[in-house]
Amino acid sequence: MAVIEVQGLVKHYGEVEAVCGVDLSIDAGEVFALLGPNGAGKSTIVEILEGHRAKTSGSVSVLGYDPAKAGRSYRERIGIVLQETAVEEQLTVKEAIDVYGSMYPKRRKTGELIELVGLGEKTDSRIKALSGGQRRRLELALGIVGDPELVFLDEPTTGFDPSARRQAWSIVENLTSLGKTVLLTAHYMDEAQYLADRVAVIAKGQIVAEGTPDTLGGRETASTLITFQMSGHSIEGLPSNEATLSENGRVTVRSMDPTGDLHRITGWAIERGVELAGLSVTRPSLEDIYLELIGEGTDA
Amino acid sequence: MPDRPSTFFLLWSQTKYQNKIFFRNPMAAFFTLFFPLMIFVVFSLVFGNQEIGYLGVTTAQYYAPSMAVFAAVSATYTNLAVTTAYQRDRGILKRVRGTPLPPAVYLGGKIISAIMIAAMAVLIMMTIGVVFYGVQVYASTLASAAVTFIVGVASFAALGLLIAAVVSSGESATAVTNATLLPLSFFSGVFIVPSDDAPAWLDAVANFFPLKHFVEPFVAAFSPLTVGAGWDWGSLGYMVLWGVIAVVLAIRFFKWEAPVGRGGKSRRRKKDATVT
Repeated sequence: MAVIEVQGLVKHYGEVEAVCGVDLSIDAGEVFALLGPNGAGKSTIVEILEGHRAKTSGSVSVLGYDPAKAGRSYRERIGIVLQETAVEEQLTVKEAIDVYGSMYPKRRKTGELIELVGLGEKTDSRIKALSGGQRRRLELALGIVGDPELVFLDEPTTGFDPSARRQAWSIVENLTSLGKTVLLTAHYMDEAQYLADRVAVIAKGQIVAEGTPDTLGGRETASTLITFQMSGHSIEGLPSNEATLSENGRVTVRSMDPTGDLHRITGWAIERGVELAGLSVTRPSLEDIYLELIGEGTDA
Repeated sequence: MPDRPSTFFLLWSQTKYQNKIFFRNPMAAFFTLFFPLMIFVVFSLVFGNQEIGYLGVTTAQYYAPSMAVFAAVSATYTNLAVTTAYQRDRGILKRVRGTPLPPAVYLGGKIISAIMIAAMAVLIMMTIGVVFYGVQVYASTLASAAVTFIVGVASFAALGLLIAAVVSSGESATAVTNATLLPLSFFSGVFIVPSDDAPAWLDAVANFFPLKHFVEPFVAAFSPLTVGAGWDWGSLGYMVLWGVIAVVLAIRFFKWEAPVGRGGKSRRRKKDATVT
């Protein structure tokens, strides 16, 4: 059964259409990533699902609740990791986890949770004295202190250094191994690729691609890029209709049949006595696909 | 949910943490607990602890209860408005709204904590008055003093939350509470013993707002000239009226998130800018 079911979700802020017709279906135990640039509408979607924001139209069901009307029993089952760390700075790490944990019927043990997020040495430090990365880890702890079935992670690793990022990732993996459903938003493809079972790429309030990280972008992922440098020659007669020549003489061939295309291209070059400088055969990275999908890619 | 924490437990744990937060915030603790005490000590020094002519009480006998009321109002009205608005700017109210804690319990914890701090401020003030300045406390009027205190701080706590509900940021909460409490304290007999020379319009202003209706009966409860138990039902009823209106409006206008473009949101933009 789907834990999150969204159909035709629309959100207007005055004249601005932040979300225009989004459908989502996320199953129990799945890690689902909403990926997109700032202002794409992903935080708005998450905030509607969390119950922080009212939708303009569409239907939304999370754990069987309408988040806009859901109260205490809904919030006992979800955990929210906000984009910004917002905790009373005068409290210590332990106190904050205790007081927020006390609100839930089920709860994780404070000591274990502090260890899990790697704040063991900071247990009795005031939150005021924590670094940015340590605050984010506390935020993560507060999001899961009630042992939720569904966790919303809004840009969980923004501002993390690489090692803290790995640590946060392992916490998310730990959640999924316990069968929790996770909906996360991310700026970075690698994060979504590493953590998510499925990814939806959002641009200008719409889903432009959806799938597992491996199949995302469909045809683009399947295609291989053959590139080489040409100087003083035209690409006239190159046996590929998918070739482009950039101003600096770089030729890019987008190929669905790399073995055959490479054979034909090298044959063409040997026939003419042309050297294919810097010949390379690559698959586009997910980052390339992502940038292309959100319309910020350069024509490869 | 069988293991759901009880409302009483939640209310108590919120109250405890709000108290902790208050006492770890030196500025708030200073302005609420020590500032009124300082004014009291300075007034007693400047005016000398003699009898104020027509009132028939000493300077300390007047200013100890009047500054106690000032401290109590600072602890409830000013502190609740300012801390709640700042917590909203910082996104703390939004976080709380995303937890199972019932909103009424969260705000209830804040109110109880503010009232406890107010009670502490009043006790400190009166104790110092009694011990060092010979202030008299009368058993016959203690009950009316206590009830006046409770009704007063409850009303001013409601007013504090109303201010928090209608302002857009912590800065404006500070501005609004200071701009209202300080002038009203002058008109309402907190800082200046009321005299007959005051213009009529000033009296009308003071009578309209609730501060005078808190100070007057509370000071009267410590005056040897007060006859009987010192009940002032008119003032109590008037404070209740203000309190009820404040609660209704506060519920109507309360926001759990800072308006877009202010407070937390503007910080978020800055943060995003550095990330991209």
